Amino acid sequence: MSQISAGAPKEKLASRTAAMIVMGISTLYFLVPIWWLFVGSTKSRAQFSSTIGLWFADFNLWQNIHDLLAYNDGVYLRWMLNSILYAGFGALLGTLFAAMCGYALAKYRFPGRELIFNVVLGGVLVPATALALPLFLIFSQFNATNTFWSVFLPSLVSPFGVYLARIFASASVPDELLEAARLDGAGEVRTFFSVSRRLMTPALVTIFLFQFVAIWNNFFLPLIMLRDQTLFPVTLGLYTWNSQVNQIPEIRTLVIVGAFLSIIPLIIAFLSLQRFWRGGLGAGSVK
Amino acid sequence: MHLNNSKRIVALGVLAALSLTGCAAGTSGSGGSDAAADCAPSDGKVDLTYTSWIPGIDKVVDIWNKENPDIQVTVQTGPNGNGGTYKNFFNQLSAGNAPDLGQIEYDALPNFRVQDGLTNIASCANVSESKGDFIDWTWNQVTFGEDDSVYAIPQDTGPMAMYYRKDLFEKAGIAVPTTWDEYAAAAKTIRAEGGYITNFPQNDVNWFAGLVWQADGKWFENDGDKWDVSLDGAESEKVADYWQNLISDDLVSKVPAWTDEWNNAYNTGSDWTWISAVWGANSISSGAPDTSGNWAVAPMPQWNAGENKAGNWGGSSTAVLKGSDHPYEAAQFALWLNTSDEALTALNQEANLYPATKDGLKLPVLAEGVPFYGDQKIYDTFAEAANETNADFTWGPTMTQTYSDVADGFGKVLGGSGTLNDALKTGQEKTIAALTAAAIPVNE
Repeated sequence: MSQISAGAPKEKLASRTAAMIVMGISTLYFLVPIWWLFVGSTKSRAQFSSTIGLWFADFNLWQNIHDLLAYNDGVYLRWMLNSILYAGFGALLGTLFAAMCGYALAKYRFPGRELIFNVVLGGVLVPATALALPLFLIFSQFNATNTFWSVFLPSLVSPFGVYLARIFASASVPDELLEAARLDGAGEVRTFFSVSRRLMTPALVTIFLFQFVAIWNNFFLPLIMLRDQTLFPVTLGLYTWNSQVNQIPEIRTLVIVGAFLSIIPLIIAFLSLQRFWRGGLGAGSVK
Repeated sequence: MHLNNSKRIVALGVLAALSLTGCAAGTSGSGGSDAAADCAPSDGKVDLTYTSWIPGIDKVVDIWNKENPDIQVTVQTGPNGNGGTYKNFFNQLSAGNAPDLGQIEYDALPNFRVQDGLTNIASCANVSESKGDFIDWTWNQVTFGEDDSVYAIPQDTGPMAMYYRKDLFEKAGIAVPTTWDEYAAAAKTIRAEGGYITNFPQNDVNWFAGLVWQADGKWFENDGDKWDVSLDGAESEKVADYWQNLISDDLVSKVPAWTDEWNNAYNTGSDWTWISAVWGANSISSGAPDTSGNWAVAPMPQWNAGENKAGNWGGSSTAVLKGSDHPYEAAQFALWLNTSDEALTALNQEANLYPATKDGLKLPVLAEGVPFYGDQKIYDTFAEAANETNADFTWGPTMTQTYSDVADGFGKVLGGSGTLNDALKTGQEKTIAALTAAAIPVNE
């Protein structure tokens, strides 16, 4: 046995090992910066520069967090709250709009449908950064810069979400089911919310996650729009602090701890939503 | 962005022509200096906006707001100037919603002037009269040498001196260098001890400009009509040759500044001195905490023995931006912020700002010994430096570009190819090209 098939398992083992090594290296590659951030945020300012970056010195995390939350009347907490509002509600409404739009494009026939879809597709290609300045000038016309809405409203738009919703709706929502719902007397809106939305859940979770991360990480739009630091999202706030590090070195620890804490909501969002994601995809594939 | 740039270039050409003919004519009411007639107090309660990236500035402004119920100032903030706030100012100027007041560093002021982003507040009460209160060179920065013109109120400065490891110098038996020759000699002794006398940074081109400033060099001049660019002038060349020798002989370390590696070089005692600005006192104490008590401050080494010249690195002003409806009130606030003892003391405590007024240098908070520097009264040395800084140094209108082009060249030198003078020559050519491209007149 071992003589006959010696080649095959050996090759399998080799390729598996190779795959594991590649994956191991990429895991390391992605995790080392986070590890560095974690280790860095546990250090006091003095030890931060004088000890090795990838291992602990004295454990100072709680003190650092305490300093962070106390600095400048706790403006950091405000930034976190803002980020959660921008990203949470922005992603929620953005997903809803994308789902409705994609669903309509997939399930209704009307003149100009493909044109609209193509325009939306074109929107995928335009980077959000390129739109920030025109948006600033438009919001200036309405005296609406430096407001919550100046960052929130543009965040609701997600061409990629529309694209994804359309593809998913045409694949996962059978026309027969819609016919049945209509025969049972459900209106179009009700059909969408109680039938189609459920079938589209995996796609919606995906869109929500994408949108959440995109808004959370969006930096350029708030940079251009906002002047009032009580409106800043956490990305812009930390960047502002970081630009001061040369002259006010005390802030450095706060930037590190702040950056570390600011990734926690993203991790929570991913861990709690990925269950729906997988569950939805699995349920779809079995039926 | 594309829209912005093309718009800006068009605007630039027009405005540069406008403002420069304005200076040449030198009459009131021409070009940008239209404030002469209409700087009168507004009726009723006035609300001002002030954009600054100084941490804790809101606490200082609160003092003003309590004392002046009729002139309320709202603080807006953002990243430091080149980190985005200047771009925001220009966007806001073109959208017509710029703040009344903005923080602008001296090396960025000419850019705002050329693009007509500043209001002339010379005729506002108390402004022109306050000339004598400020350190001479700072006043030239905010007037651009034009008659009847004040475009901003100086806020803080960065007079330069030499931070050095007193303990190491004493142990090695080296006298504290007072001239650049002695400094170079000390560098050799220190290298023999296994250390470096200092570090040469690639990206701090404005630091290098401070050294040229000390040597009475000038990088830019504006004769009211055209710009002269002389990055490769004789004094620049002298300074560049000097540092080139230190670099070639491996007498200075070549670590990127403001990194952990750089902090570590000071913290472990491998680098012995740092020629830096007054605000650098904090950078050392925070980056090299293990060396507390071992540092001292001496005046910058001199080119000629017996002289007492200093350079400057950094500092900013409070400008009244174009389009403000209340230049009078804005100017009064800017004067209070940058001359009153209470504001200067608060700015120093909140953000280590070093005042730009002559009286500010005598503030009680600046008269105390600093424990990190062995209780030396280090600010006495900087006060002297501030008063010895050449008043005629001028920044150009495209400093961001100049800095980055020269820094590219410096990077090559530290990598082992080319010389500092090559870098300055390239910087010179690219700066002239950039000015020409922006339709700003240059003497070639």
